[in-house]
Parts: sequence; C-alpha cells; structure tokens
Amino acid sequence: MVEWTEQERSIITNIFANLDYEDVGSKALSRCLIVYPWTQRYFASFGNLYNADAIKTNPNIAAHGTKVLHGLDRAVKNMDNIKATYAELSVLHSEKLHVDPDNFKLLADCLTIVIAAKMGSAFSPDVQATFQKFLAVVVSALGRQYH
Amino acid sequence: MLSKKEKKLIREIWERLSPVAEDIGADALLRMFASFPGTKTYFSHLDISRGSAHLSSHGKKIVLAIAEGAKDISQLTVTLAPLQTLHAYQLRIDPTNFKLLSHCMLVTLACYLGEGFTPEAHAAMDKFLSAFAAVLAEKYR
Repeated sequence: MVEWTEQERSIITNIFANLDYEDVGSKALSRCLIVYPWTQRYFASFGNLYNADAIKTNPNIAAHGTKVLHGLDRAVKNMDNIKATYAELSVLHSEKLHVDPDNFKLLADCLTIVIAAKMGSAFSPDVQATFQKFLAVVVSALGRQYH
Repeated sequence: MLSKKEKKLIREIWERLSPVAEDIGADALLRMFASFPGTKTYFSHLDISRGSAHLSSHGKKIVLAIAEGAKDISQLTVTLAPLQTLHAYQLRIDPTNFKLLSHCMLVTLACYLGEGFTPEAHAAMDKFLSAFAAVLAEKYR
C-alpha cells in the first residue's frame, strides 16, 4: 500500500491543476520519441516520425500525448488505489499493445523534464521527489499485469 | 553517437553555465539527495544541507569537470583519466548512481533553461552525460 502525506497529495494535485494537458501531453510524448528514438517502434502507424520537427508537429502524436495525460489524471483522482485503477490499462499495454514496460520509465522521465521546464524553480527538489514517487507508482501499476 | 551539431550544442550550454557552476551543481545534487536518498551515503563526511559551503564547492567541482569534458568530447578518455582513477580506486561510487545524478542534472537544466532545453538539447545532453559516466567508470574493473 502506498502511503501519501497530505503535503504529497497537495503537491501532485496542484501540479496537475495547473497543467494544459494537450500542451504537456504532446510535448512529453514527442520528447520521448526524440530523446529515445527506439520508442518510435510503437508508433509505426502514426505517420511521419522522420525527424524531430516531424514528430513535434505530428497531430497523431499530439492527440496520443493528450490521451496519456488524461490517463494520468485518473491516477491523480485515485491516488490511494492506483494499482486497481490501472489494472485494465496494464493488461492493454501488455496483451494488446505489447509495450516493453521499461518504456514507461522513459516517458515518465520526459514528462518530468517537460514539467520542470514549465515550472522552473517552483519545481523544487522536494516537489521533484514527490512527482517522481507518483510516477514510480504509476509505472509500477502499468507493469503489474504483465506475465 | 553524437553529431557535430550536438557536440557544439553541448559545448555551448556548458560554456554558458560555467559561471554559475556552483548553483547548477548544488541544485542537481540537492535533487539527487531528495529523490534518491541512498546517494546521501557517499557524503556522510560532508554537510550537504541546502546552502552549505560543502554542497556549493562540491557542485562546482562536478559541473566544471563536466564542462571541461564538453570542450572536446572526442578526448573524454584523456580529459577524465585522473577522475577515472579517483572514482575507481578511492571514491568507488557504484556506477548506477551516475545515472541518478545525470537525470537530476537534466532536471536542473530544464528548470534553468525552460523552453530553451529543447528535445534536441535534451537528447544531446542525455547522450553526453551517459558517455561521460561510462568513461568515468572505465577503470572500475
């Protein structure tokens, strides 16, 4: 069972309350595909991913990034039960999408960087630690149903 | 693999940051200690609280070493030879920790440079720091 302090809960809810999901989602996913190009293997049907500019302007990637952020929103709204909340998503990523769970951490790291760039010094070491704790729980829950 | 364009980008970023090496270094270290408490075990002999002189001087040392390496990336093994020996035989820091500091260094850069820390710069920097860490660990065994 993951324990959250009141401070951690409010840090997470505040971060997400101030986020433009479309902007951050598309930036995080496109950054992941640029910084870790092998992750493009899961997006072969998404169109032109030939270079960084193509990735940054690809509407399918932008839409998918937004979807991912809305998925994270569900974890924010169910922080005490992320494992159960993501059970179906985990099965989807394993059985249908066949995503290597190591990739979840790569996207999580890119999301951290995008939010750090946005928040600047407000993304303090403690805020970063809390955000990373949250993402670690999410990543673990997403990998839970793999077998 | 780093392209010429990426090497130039990396060199320029570290040139820009060298004057504030203390701040960048201390920030990255503080982030690492907060997110990965196990890393504090290597600093039991120092005062690593926010604002301490030890933290600043240590952060500065690390950033200046990285900036030095960035000046001529093709010569990393030569530039880092003394530090390789230091880390292998004296400090003996488990190399998995290099990844943790690299990650925090990227976060520090993102906070500092904002939108200026483009995906291209991020990719180049991540590759550079990985190469740097790999060279640093070369004499371990």
